Amino acid sequence: MIPENLRYMESHEWVRQEDDIATIGITDYAQSEIQDIVFVELPDVGTELTHKTELGVIESVKAAFDLYSPVSGEVIEVNETLLDAPEQVNESPYEDGWFLKIRMTDPSELDSLFDADSYQAYIEAEHV
Amino acid sequence: MMKRTQLYEIHKSLNAKFTEFGGWEMPLQYSSIVKEHLAVRATAGLFDLSHMGEIDVCGQGANELVQKLCTNDVSRLTDGQVLYTLLCNETGGIVDDILVYRHADSDYTLVVNAANIEKDLAWIKKQNDTGTEITDDSNNTTLIALQGPQSIDILNPFVPEFDVSEISFFRFVVGKVAGIPTAISRTGYTGEIGFELYVHANNSEELWNSLFPAVMEAEGLPVGLGARDTLRLEAGLRLYGMDMDENATPFEAGLSRFVKLDKGDFIGKDVLFAQKEKGDLKRKLVGFQMLDRAVARCGYEVYQKGNRIGKVTSGAPSPSLKCNIGFASISKNTKKTIEIDIRGKLHPAKIVKVPFI
Repeated sequence: MIPENLRYMESHEWVRQEDDIATIGITDYAQSEIQDIVFVELPDVGTELTHKTELGVIESVKAAFDLYSPVSGEVIEVNETLLDAPEQVNESPYEDGWFLKIRMTDPSELDSLFDADSYQAYIEAEHV
Repeated sequence: MMKRTQLYEIHKSLNAKFTEFGGWEMPLQYSSIVKEHLAVRATAGLFDLSHMGEIDVCGQGANELVQKLCTNDVSRLTDGQVLYTLLCNETGGIVDDILVYRHADSDYTLVVNAANIEKDLAWIKKQNDTGTEITDDSNNTTLIALQGPQSIDILNPFVPEFDVSEISFFRFVVGKVAGIPTAISRTGYTGEIGFELYVHANNSEELWNSLFPAVMEAEGLPVGLGARDTLRLEAGLRLYGMDMDENATPFEAGLSRFVKLDKGDFIGKDVLFAQKEKGDLKRKLVGFQMLDRAVARCGYEVYQKGNRIGKVTSGAPSPSLKCNIGFASISKNTKKTIEIDIRGKLHPAKIVKVPFI
């Protein structure tokens, strides 16, 4: 269920590392809790983000949810298809529903995040 | 400890996600708010609304007491008729919005909002100077709503005694549904054809379990409070505690057609009469539609040309219209574009007619 090769935040964002590029999205667990995503507000390309600070907002029918950046760096690409098809986050959270790519300034920040096993344990504890 | 309805275990077995509402642990959604919403618009939905309160007012002086409490004209009701009305305090502020059921002369049930049961009961008792019998029947009563265009076809097979389509809007009949004594009320909070079914709490599971397979067969769904909120919003129906409260008069909440100033005396009349004469509304409830994709929620501030003019009282994406809508309480009479502060940025919205659908 939870992809082995990603890192995870307590606020349920995932991050995929390819060299100094980090791709970010939210987990399947998060999308199933949020449900009915109707709008994703993301920063513009070129924005500088900081580790564990606000990155954007997801709106579901019911409420707004803040997104946090797992790493520091510059936004180099945003998933524009989410503007017209935010439901992709519900349908494909780890693939088509990705949010943005960041060129990391400090990839060692990834070490402070959960791996798949510890994230699994974390959501099991949260769900009880 | 939150209160649970008789149907709690059934909701749990249907994998409901729960939410707190008015002190109750209620189903927020079973599948998805959007799917449940669209099911009610297309076919049917089944709702547990047992958290609502039922207060019986009967016997000596009941006609006068109810008429004194309500802004709408209860004396126009005939037996088996339902009336939407407001209860106001002496300063015209809205204590609650309720339904009045007239069973017979001097025999009424007031259906009140869950969060207001205690408050309303105290208020009604305080106004009771004629020795009228006032009983809180909320714990003995279960309310199950069946709403949507297929409601009549779903319900009819369970009611062999008569054709439920003969019950007019805002009328009710006491009969049997699946053999269970039920007050069958042609009312609802969705903007669709539908029924609200009042049964004794002991029979609630039996009634739900009778209707549920028929609802599913018709491609309907069980519906939680999430979709109840978006359905009522699209239908332009206000929610007490958000779109109105004791700080607003019925006129300020856009509910003037439920105030009958010519009906004789009632609580709050003097203030409401003066407000109408002078036309000095402090604010006005308007419907709006966002002009971009941002979602305005309750509490967000409303601006026009740099001036703060009010607040959003309800706001959500509309699953049927596929745009974002809401109510705002604003201090200015305007039809021009407004702007709503969403996380520090102003987003444009236009004032639109209510109901939205």
